[in-house]
Amino acid sequence: MRAAVVTFPGSNCDRDLRVAMESVFGVPVRALWHGERDLPKLDLVALPGGFSYGDYLRAGAIAARSPIMAEIVRFARRGGLVLGICNGFQILTEAGLLPGALVRNRGLRFLCRTVDLEVTTTASPFTAAYGEVRHIRLPIAHHDGNYVIDQDGLARLEGEGQIAFRYRDNPNGSTAAIAGVLNRERNVLGLMPHPERAADPRLGNTDGVPLFRSLLEAVHGAGS
Amino acid sequence: MKARIEIRLKPGVLDPEAAAIERALRQLGFAGLKGVARAKVIEVELEARGPEEAEAELRAMCERLLANPVIETYAIALLR
Repeated sequence: MRAAVVTFPGSNCDRDLRVAMESVFGVPVRALWHGERDLPKLDLVALPGGFSYGDYLRAGAIAARSPIMAEIVRFARRGGLVLGICNGFQILTEAGLLPGALVRNRGLRFLCRTVDLEVTTTASPFTAAYGEVRHIRLPIAHHDGNYVIDQDGLARLEGEGQIAFRYRDNPNGSTAAIAGVLNRERNVLGLMPHPERAADPRLGNTDGVPLFRSLLEAVHGAGS
Repeated sequence: MKARIEIRLKPGVLDPEAAAIERALRQLGFAGLKGVARAKVIEVELEARGPEEAEAELRAMCERLLANPVIETYAIALLR
């Protein structure tokens, strides 16, 4: 598995994400700076949570136009796996790799708690390893997690099975309680919850592990 | 040349901040209040050969960064 995590100015979950990925993948995960213009040979690029550029203009808007993103868009169009968590999800929508947008939580509050989620599809390289497990719990920590998409867009997401995760008790006003979406080709996933914060038994929750195991199996085959 | 770009949420996209402002105004007793909308203003100074070129440039700025077409609309006003 050749994987990398991108650090933007203001990212703050980049190290946690690398540690979680390394523990599941069993190999080192590269750290990439947002200013780089070339990607090494990779199977997976992950965009971490945080507050890139202080959320100026719109959350993720400035990061989505940083030099490395042009390369990541090309990488995704060639079929490379791209994962965006929290601010990473916001960046992926701003970069046009995922449909919809993320706006201020309906209740206006920053939300930091563990929530119940439904794994809405296991037909993806990010969710296959959840298997029969359809109800998981993951932490959220965001101010702009309210997923917005118009009716036509929502119908397309539902028709193509692109909704990866839904909140069981919608905390932020997201359209159709959407917590995570796939692109049409299913090689890009963005989600607001933090699987990397639920990937170590010492922290009391490992519901994030199957997401990373899915990616490992997608790249190396099941049983890896 | 100077320009003023106004960016607002599309109708139908809930703006919780505007809703909170509206609630606060009602609490202050402005009974006739009918609604509150919020917009972002960005002022830009640029060099251009004429208003058409300036407007094309400003539109490109909006499309590529300043506005998110999924949730926002924009209006450009050339000031001088």
